[in-house]
Amino acid sequence: MALDTTQIQDKLTETFGSAVFQYQQEKDIFSFEVNADKITAVILFLKNDETTRFNFLTDLCAIHYPENEADRQFAVVYHLHNWYENIRIKIKVYINGETPEIKTVSSIFLSANWMERETYDFYGINFIGHPQLKRILNMDEMVSFPMRKEFPMEDGGRTDKDDRFFGRTIDNC
Amino acid sequence: MSELLLPPEHRYAKIIKEKLNEDGSELSILNLGPTHPATHGIFQNILLMDGERILDAEPTVGYIHRAFEKIAENRPFYQITPLTDRLNYCSSPINNMGWWMTLEKLLGVEVPKRAQYLRVIVMELARITDHIICNSILGVDTGAYTGFLYVFQFREKVYEIYEEICGARLTTNMGRIGGFERDWSPEAFRKLDVFLEEFPAAWKEFENLFERNRIFIDRTVNVGPISAEKAVSYGFTGPNLRAAGVDYDVRVAQPYSSYEDFEFSVPVGQSGDTYDRFCVRNAEVWESLSIIRQALAKMPEGNEFHADVPDYYLPPKEDVYTNMESLIYHFKIVMGEIPVPVAEIYHAVEGGNGELGFYLVTDGSRTPYRLHFRRPCFIYYQAYPEMIKGAMLSDAIVILSSLNVIAGELDA
Repeated sequence: MALDTTQIQDKLTETFGSAVFQYQQEKDIFSFEVNADKITAVILFLKNDETTRFNFLTDLCAIHYPENEADRQFAVVYHLHNWYENIRIKIKVYINGETPEIKTVSSIFLSANWMERETYDFYGINFIGHPQLKRILNMDEMVSFPMRKEFPMEDGGRTDKDDRFFGRTIDNC
Repeated sequence: MSELLLPPEHRYAKIIKEKLNEDGSELSILNLGPTHPATHGIFQNILLMDGERILDAEPTVGYIHRAFEKIAENRPFYQITPLTDRLNYCSSPINNMGWWMTLEKLLGVEVPKRAQYLRVIVMELARITDHIICNSILGVDTGAYTGFLYVFQFREKVYEIYEEICGARLTTNMGRIGGFERDWSPEAFRKLDVFLEEFPAAWKEFENLFERNRIFIDRTVNVGPISAEKAVSYGFTGPNLRAAGVDYDVRVAQPYSSYEDFEFSVPVGQSGDTYDRFCVRNAEVWESLSIIRQALAKMPEGNEFHADVPDYYLPPKEDVYTNMESLIYHFKIVMGEIPVPVAEIYHAVEGGNGELGFYLVTDGSRTPYRLHFRRPCFIYYQAYPEMIKGAMLSDAIVILSSLNVIAGELDA
């Protein structure tokens, strides 16, 4: 029988209870949030459980939300793919902005090794237990984490690209 | 000698010292790259060598890192296409189309069937050129220059078709939200017909030149093999994964742009070695040719080359110069004032190298809040050190070549 999203949700609720929440269908991808301390357990479960069988880590990256409360300033996003049933899911984990850290999944998927290094390089997120967490695309001497929103690309004094001049703000969209 | 190349605290320097103490022989360090004709781009491999055998390797990337994701956060959507061009520049139309399809998914734009078929043709042409480059250069890396010269002229012919379609050759910036900028000219179709007529015989000869060649077989069979399990765990996709025996192809798994209308098989290998990677790419070229022929045969009548979405589709230039409405639309779209829903989208296409994914987060402003490129090269290049351990130096060259690592996509 084909795997459907309610089965995934039921399995996760049964095993992890309230640590997995905010289930929703975003376009063609089933998404949910996971508490940071449970992420390795959830991904390991999704990979090994005979019903879910998410055998492939498609993507891993982070997002910076400086406007959020302190505990939800960074999000680490995992895209998993079950090739047997051809189902994709997205897992989002919010972590603290002061000490951004989360356990590594590189022992579950080898591909996570470089993806986590890239995420560390750009956002400064510490992947606990990673075998070689160092910069990958930027040079080692760099001290900032350039994809964070506090590092604008252009001069902050420039206003010619301000959204307000085009009559649009986040509120009126 | 080796101490001059690496600082004493480097783990290889330590290994060399210990090994020297053990039996008196000395290991050596070899920098393969960053700029070396056989590295196919700017990236470095520090190799720990015992004679000509590779004991360990440490890859360093990032030499041409151009911060595409950061730039994308500061640009309206139309201005992001040139960034996608420069990922895998051997098959840039696939990257372009993947990006437009991501936006179409975000905006809910339905593309007319004819435009979808035209896209399929372009994407398959791009896949063919990508494989032409990869396989012919693999030949060069094994010492056979003839095959490269022989098939490379057909890449030129494909670039001439691109030129007819969009005016550009390498970084095509081809397309619009909803379709193409203009309809294909009769000359483009004529050139396509000539290509379809002339190329298969050349490709057949190219295959014959290598696939049963004793030297080529000796250099590639059982060189750099990777098991299916390892390949999946390393995140391999595309021909490199299929060579290991896994028939995963995004075009089949989650068809986009009407791929479900065409019949084609997914070639797979068995051992995942360099020879299988070469053969899988060869076979894929035949499938691509078949898809193009089917698309031409099934092409719907008419001249619909884009969706009717004036809010997102840039008006034709001649209208912009003569019509006030078009000028206003053009301005609004270029300045990023098109309404964009708040959403999170992931869309993947089968690139020349494997699954090329776009993870797009929008917050309703005129630029993406976050855009992440899932670049197949970046994902699987980390397996390279493991694949060359225990191999000879000359094997490292052909393994790298067969992986088809493109520096532009690796670094983004």
